[in-house]
Amino acid sequence: MRKPKLSTLIDHAVLIAGSLFMMLPLLMVLQMTTIPDTEIIRTGPSLTIGDQFDDNFTKAMFEASGFSGENTGLSMLKNSMILGMGFAVGKIVIGMMAAYAIVYFRLRFATLAFWLIFTTLLLPLEVRILPSYEVVQWLGMLNTYQGLIIPLIASATATFFFRQFFRSVPEELVEAARIDGAGPVKFFIDILVPLSQTMIAAMFIIMFVYGWNQYLWPTMITTDEDMYTLVRGIKQIVQVLEGAVVPEFGRSNVLALVAVIPPVLVVVFFQSWFVKGLTESDK
Amino acid sequence: MAQVQLNNIGKTYPNGFEALHPTTFEIAEGEFCVLVGPSGCGKSTLLRMVAGLEDITAGELQIAGRVVNHIDPADRDIAMVFQNYALYPHMTVRKNIGYGLKNRGISKDEIARKVDEATAMLNLGDYLDRKPSQLSGGQRQRVAMGRAIVRDPALFLFDEPLSNLDAKLRNQMRIEIKALQRRLGVTSIYVTHDQVEAMTMADRIIVMNAGRIEQIGTPAEVYHNPASIFVASFMGAPPMNLLSASAVDGAVKLGDQTICQTQHQGPVTAGIRPEAFVLDATGPFIMDVQIVEELGAHRLLHGTLNDENVTVHIDNEVTAVAGPQRLSVRPEAVCLFNVMDGQRLSCSP
Amino acid sequence: MKRAGFTTISLPVLLLLPQLVIIAVFFYWPTVVAIHSSFYLQDPFGFGSTFVGLENYADLLSSREYRKIAWFTVVFSGLVTFFSLAIALVLAVKADKVLRGAKTYRTLLMWVYAVAPPVAGFIAVIMFNQSWGPLTEFFGLFGHRFMVGVNFNDTAFSMVLASVWKQVPVNFIFFLSGLQSIPRSVREAALIDNRSASGRFWDVTFPLLAPTGFFLLIINITYSLFDTFGIVDTVVKGEPGNNPMTLVYKVYVDGFRGNDLGGSSAQSVILMVLVLALTIFQFRLIERRIHYT
Repeated sequence: MRKPKLSTLIDHAVLIAGSLFMMLPLLMVLQMTTIPDTEIIRTGPSLTIGDQFDDNFTKAMFEASGFSGENTGLSMLKNSMILGMGFAVGKIVIGMMAAYAIVYFRLRFATLAFWLIFTTLLLPLEVRILPSYEVVQWLGMLNTYQGLIIPLIASATATFFFRQFFRSVPEELVEAARIDGAGPVKFFIDILVPLSQTMIAAMFIIMFVYGWNQYLWPTMITTDEDMYTLVRGIKQIVQVLEGAVVPEFGRSNVLALVAVIPPVLVVVFFQSWFVKGLTESDK
Repeated sequence: MAQVQLNNIGKTYPNGFEALHPTTFEIAEGEFCVLVGPSGCGKSTLLRMVAGLEDITAGELQIAGRVVNHIDPADRDIAMVFQNYALYPHMTVRKNIGYGLKNRGISKDEIARKVDEATAMLNLGDYLDRKPSQLSGGQRQRVAMGRAIVRDPALFLFDEPLSNLDAKLRNQMRIEIKALQRRLGVTSIYVTHDQVEAMTMADRIIVMNAGRIEQIGTPAEVYHNPASIFVASFMGAPPMNLLSASAVDGAVKLGDQTICQTQHQGPVTAGIRPEAFVLDATGPFIMDVQIVEELGAHRLLHGTLNDENVTVHIDNEVTAVAGPQRLSVRPEAVCLFNVMDGQRLSCSP
Repeated sequence: MKRAGFTTISLPVLLLLPQLVIIAVFFYWPTVVAIHSSFYLQDPFGFGSTFVGLENYADLLSSREYRKIAWFTVVFSGLVTFFSLAIALVLAVKADKVLRGAKTYRTLLMWVYAVAPPVAGFIAVIMFNQSWGPLTEFFGLFGHRFMVGVNFNDTAFSMVLASVWKQVPVNFIFFLSGLQSIPRSVREAALIDNRSASGRFWDVTFPLLAPTGFFLLIINITYSLFDTFGIVDTVVKGEPGNNPMTLVYKVYVDGFRGNDLGGSSAQSVILMVLVLALTIFQFRLIERRIHYT
C-alpha cells in the first residue's frame, strides 16, 4: 500500500512534462538575459548562466532606444502600469456603478439600458478597430492615456460580472438596510462595496492582466515612443532584432521578461481570487 | 388603542395577480399576532407591506395612529427580523446591531450603551466583536433580534425567523422570543408556516389562504372552532379527521350513527379531531386499525372508518393493537362544514 | 431587479451615465460606422466615397487571397482549439488526481495565462531563430531545415505552437475547477459502480465536464480568431508578405496599412456576424449549463 503505484508515477510524469512545456520558454529567456549579445549570435541560448544580467538590465531599463530616443524600459513599464491599473480601476468603477443601478433600482428603462450594455459583450474591439481609431482620432485622443484606456472599457464584462454577483446577494440585506435607515448611497458604500471585496479583487486581477497585455489597440493608438507600453514595445524589439549587425538580444529579453513578470506575479500570488473570478465570470 | 390598523389593505401586482385581497383587521398594543398559512398565501406579502418593503396598492395602513402608506420603511418606527437573518456579513455583532442607530445620527456613546443593553439581554456579550460567519445559527438569530430590539420600535415584524434552525433550537428560540416580547411589551406581527409556532406563540392567530384571511382568533378558538375546512386541516398535527356525513331531518349521521344536530340538510363534512375519538368497547363505530404509532407520551392509531382514513389519538396508558377497534365520539367536539364551500356550519351535540 | 429596489430616479441615471456614454461613443458609433462604410468605396486620396452596395462583400468573397486566408484561419483555429483543449484536459485530470504537489503543479501550469500574446510570439521567434534557435536545432536533428518567416508551413507551425502554449492555462483552470466541482458523492458512487479508472472517466467524469468543454470550445475559437493577433504580428515581424495570416490580421493590414477602408470594413462586418453567431451559441450553452448544475 505504501509503495507508490505505477499510475501515480505516470500522473506525476505527465504533470512534470506539462510544467516543463510551460516553464522552459521562460527559463530560456531568463538565461539569455545573463549572457552578452556577442555570445548569443554565436551559440544562442545555452545552459550556462552568465554574469551580464546587470548590464543587460541597465541597458534595457534606463538607456534610451528607438528613433526618438525617449523610449526606455522604465518609461514603458510606467505606461504599462498606467494602462493596466487605469483599465482595471475604470472598468470596475464604471461596471459596479452601472450594475448597481440595474440591479437595485426600479427604473422604467432598466431593461433597455441592460440590453444596450450587454450587447457590447457580443462584439470584441477587434471587429471595429478602424472606426474606433477614427473616433479616437476625431476626439484628439491619439497618443493619450484616455485614448488608450477608455475605448477598451467600452464593453460590459465587469458590469455583467457585478450584476451576477449583486443578484446573488440575499434580497433581505437591502431590506434590512432600508429598515435600518440606509439610503441608496449609504447601502452601496456601507454594505455592498465591502461585501464585494473579494469580487473586486478577482476582477481587478483579471482586468489588470487584460489591460497590461493589450497589444493591437496600443499599437494603433500610440505612435509616440514615450507612450509605448512594454507589450506594444515587443513589436519594436522584434523589428530591431531583424536588421542589426549585433542584435541586442540581452536587452530585448530583459524587456520581454519585464513585460511578463508583473502580471505573472499578480496571477500567481492572488491565485485563488483570480481563479474564482475567472471561473465565475461566465456563469 | 389599536397599534396597527389595516383598512381594506390589498395588493395587486402589475401583472394583474392579486396577492392579497382587501383585508381589514386591527392589532392591539402589546399583542403578539401570528400570521400563518401555506407558502404563497400572501402572509409574507402582507408583512412586507406593513414594513414598507412592498407597495400598498389598495387601502390604508396605520401604525400607532399614523397613516404610513407612503412613508419609508426607515421612518415607520418598525424593526424586522428576517428568515435568513440578513446580518451584514462584513460587520461585527456590535456594528450590525448599531448600524440602524448610527444611520439615525445617534451619538456614539448612546449607541454603545444601547448595544450593550440589548446584547446583555440576549446573552451576546461575549460575541460583540465576532462577525456573523463566526457565530452559530442560534447566535445569529439572537443578533438579528438584537438589531430589532436596540431600536426600541413601535412594532416588531418577524418573517419566519426560526425556519433556518434545527428542531431543538427552534423550540428554545420560540420560548425566548415570546418571553422577550412579553418583557418588552412591543406589539409584534409574526409570520410563519409552522402551525405549532403559531399555536404556541400567538395571542391571536390570523390564518391565511390564497390571499384571503380564513380566520382570526385565539389559538384555542382556531383549534377547536375552525371557521373552514382549510383551517381545520391546516391547524393541528395530526390534522382534524374530515369524514363525509349526511344531515337528515336535523340529525347528522356518520354511517348510520347520529353524531350531532344541525339545521342543515343534505351531505356535510364532519370534522373530528383525533383526540375527540375515544376507545370504547361499547362504542358505535368500528375502526380498522392498520398502524399503531408510538410517540412516547401518547399513541396514534392510523386506519380506516367506513372506508375513510382516520387518525385517533390515545393516551399511553391505553393499550391498542392493530385490527378492529370500537370507538365513540365526543359529540361536543364535532365540527360541521358545508361540502360546497368548506365553510363552518353550526351544530349542537 | 431586486424586489425591494430603491425608487429614486436621478441616482441610477447618474450611475448608468458613464457606462452608457462610453459604449455609445466607443462601441455603437464605431460599429455603425463599420457597417456603413462597408457599403462604400473610399476614394484613395480621402475625397469622399461612393455607395457601392454589396460590391465590397462580393469582391472579398470572390478574392482568392481572402478565401485562402479564411481557410487558413479555420485550420489554424481548429488546430489551436483542439490541441490546447486536449493538453489542458489531460493535465487537469492528472492535477486533480495527484495529492502530492498539487498546488505547485497548479501554479506551474497556469502562470502563462498572464503572458501577453506578442511575448509568446517573441519567444517563438527566438526559439525558431534561423541559426541557433533551440527548436530549429531540434527539427534539424530530423533533417528538416526550419525556416520561420520564409516557409509557409513552418511559420504556421510556430504560430500554432505559441498560441497553444499561451492558451493551455486558461483551459486548464476551467477544466480543473470543473473537475473539482463534481460532487464527492458522485465520484464515490462511481468508485463503487465501476472498477476501471478509465471507465469511470469516460462514463462519469467526462459527461459531467462536457458543459465546461462546450463553453471552452467557444472561448478557444474566439481566442484563435482574435487574441492571437499579437502572436501572428510578432511571428511575421510585421511583414505579412506570403506568410500565413488570420482574418483579423487581414482587417488590420488592409485597413490600417493598405487604406482600403471599404474592404476592411466589409471584412469587419463578416467577422462581426461570425462572432455574433458564436456568442449567441455560447449564451444558449450557458443557459443549458445552468440546468446542469
